[in-house]
Amino acid sequence: MEPVMAVVVGILFAASIYMMLRRSIVKLVIGLILLSNAANLLIFTIGGMVRGLPPLIAEGDKLPAGGWADPLPQALILTAIVISFGVLAFAVVLIHRAYEVVQEDDLNKMRSTDT
Amino acid sequence: MSLEVALPIIIPFLAGSLSLVFYRAPLVQRWLGVAGTGALLLASIVLLYRTYTDPDQVLSIAMGGWPAPYGIVLVSDLLGAIMTVLAGIMGFATAVYSLPTISRDHEAFGYYPLMHLLLAGVCGAFLTGDVFNLYVWVEVLLVASFALLILGGERAQMEGAIKYVALNLLSSILLLVAVGLTYGMTGTLNMADLVGRFAAMENQGLVTVVAMLFMVSFGIKAAAFPLFFWLPAAYHTPPVAVSALFAGLLTKVGVYALFRFFSLLFTQDVGYTHEILLWGAGFTMITGVLGAAAQYEFRRILSFHIVSQIGYMIMGLALFSPLALVGGVFYIMHHIIVKANLFLVSGVVYFLRGSYELKHIGGLWRTHPWLGLLFLIPALSLAGVPPLSGFFGKYIIIRAGVEQESWGIVAVALVVGLLTLYSMIKIWAEAFWKAQPEEHEERARAFEAAVSGKRLTLMVLPIGALAAITVFIGLGAQPIYELAYAAAEQMRDPQIYVNAVLGDTQ
Repeated sequence: MEPVMAVVVGILFAASIYMMLRRSIVKLVIGLILLSNAANLLIFTIGGMVRGLPPLIAEGDKLPAGGWADPLPQALILTAIVISFGVLAFAVVLIHRAYEVVQEDDLNKMRSTDT
Repeated sequence: MSLEVALPIIIPFLAGSLSLVFYRAPLVQRWLGVAGTGALLLASIVLLYRTYTDPDQVLSIAMGGWPAPYGIVLVSDLLGAIMTVLAGIMGFATAVYSLPTISRDHEAFGYYPLMHLLLAGVCGAFLTGDVFNLYVWVEVLLVASFALLILGGERAQMEGAIKYVALNLLSSILLLVAVGLTYGMTGTLNMADLVGRFAAMENQGLVTVVAMLFMVSFGIKAAAFPLFFWLPAAYHTPPVAVSALFAGLLTKVGVYALFRFFSLLFTQDVGYTHEILLWGAGFTMITGVLGAAAQYEFRRILSFHIVSQIGYMIMGLALFSPLALVGGVFYIMHHIIVKANLFLVSGVVYFLRGSYELKHIGGLWRTHPWLGLLFLIPALSLAGVPPLSGFFGKYIIIRAGVEQESWGIVAVALVVGLLTLYSMIKIWAEAFWKAQPEEHEERARAFEAAVSGKRLTLMVLPIGALAAITVFIGLGAQPIYELAYAAAEQMRDPQIYVNAVLGDTQ
């Protein structure tokens, strides 16, 4: 399963970078969304993929019997999802406001603050 | 248990939540701003004192009662404590400066709660001993900075913010990926625990790969070459108090993280990673200072100079000799104070002349000689004129370069110092020395008439205090040097940190 996931993560990264390199600010944000999903999926894969082995310990035991799924990466992803959700909500509002103010969704037209 | 490690995070959170409770009472919010940041400053000074006098010189506290390496720890070693004190100074200075400069509209949009949130994130990033927790704090301060950056919602702010948000999110996600890979490789996220785990890894090449991911991510946050483009596009757009706070603290979180990771965790291949840092430092200095030389807008010049100064700090880290690390820490201390102060001065100039464009302003030396003096102290210090603080920072770093016979970077550092002086003299000659251009005189008069003496006093107070600190660091360099030296000693020996955090559980 891991090799498939690795390829999926790779494709997601490639797609997100491609989207972020476009000029449209909407596509830029779509790229950011894909990128955060790619990162989450990467952490999920790194945690090791096992089926049907919840990290529950039977009463009296010190360790779960017969292997377990590592819960920590999932906790990390949960945190990361919440954070990226908040940040992306901000980004969406930002591009909406930017479009209202600048009347363009072309990043090339937003260069007055560069140099 | 030492609760004072957690206080610099708790206080701004408390002050921020209280400001939210008093959302409709700007007066209460203002006082909370000053009182909260004042308490933060006090708490951070206490923390530094306790850390310095501690036998290990490292304090740590296990949050939630889970012992390290299983739970999240907050760790205050000397580097972290010094940075926290600087955050406290910056927070307090900008809070006082905000009183007369932040408009009612900005207050109504939640300026003060956001400022507290930003400080909480910055202090959290300085004090955490957990890699994932660092990511979370970085996000906290980023979200606050996003909102602060677009306060007011002008066109320039929107344009700057899009670049700032996009590149900083990219950097955060790279950081997240690097954290994930770290956990996958080692099975731990505790920094102290990671030291041993990384050293025990069979394939050191993988460690270097993760190190590079961290380097790129923090390089974007620190605005190092070639990743700095978001900074000069964004920093000159928000209200000036926000600019000053950003200039003082935000990039320094990236620099701090680089110092932390590339002294504590990633020292297995110094010849490779630190060589890249050194080249990055050199180019950062040059591009930053050349960018500034081409500008004629007060805050843009200063923004580009942030970039070039970051190069000196990274140079200190990259040379990685004891003396160079001392220089790096010294430089950070000097730089945060001086750079934020210059932004604060630019704000006063704006309120007196109505423009940041150097071509449109002038004659300030004739009307406000004290302001010229207050500008000259940080400006000359930035350029490295003795006996001000910048001279000692540059002297230590360049001397470290000479000792290692890295002539290329030494030459770059010296030339960049000279060009910094050129930029500062340009600002001096244009804004202070030359006469006010006639075509813009009306606006200047209108602005100057609108500023009351009381507001001006409140603006000048933090500037004067920061200038006094600059002079103090310069004239009383010895104690500051000793502090930086002790911090560098800790960085040279990760085992001190590891022993203090893990204690008996090793």
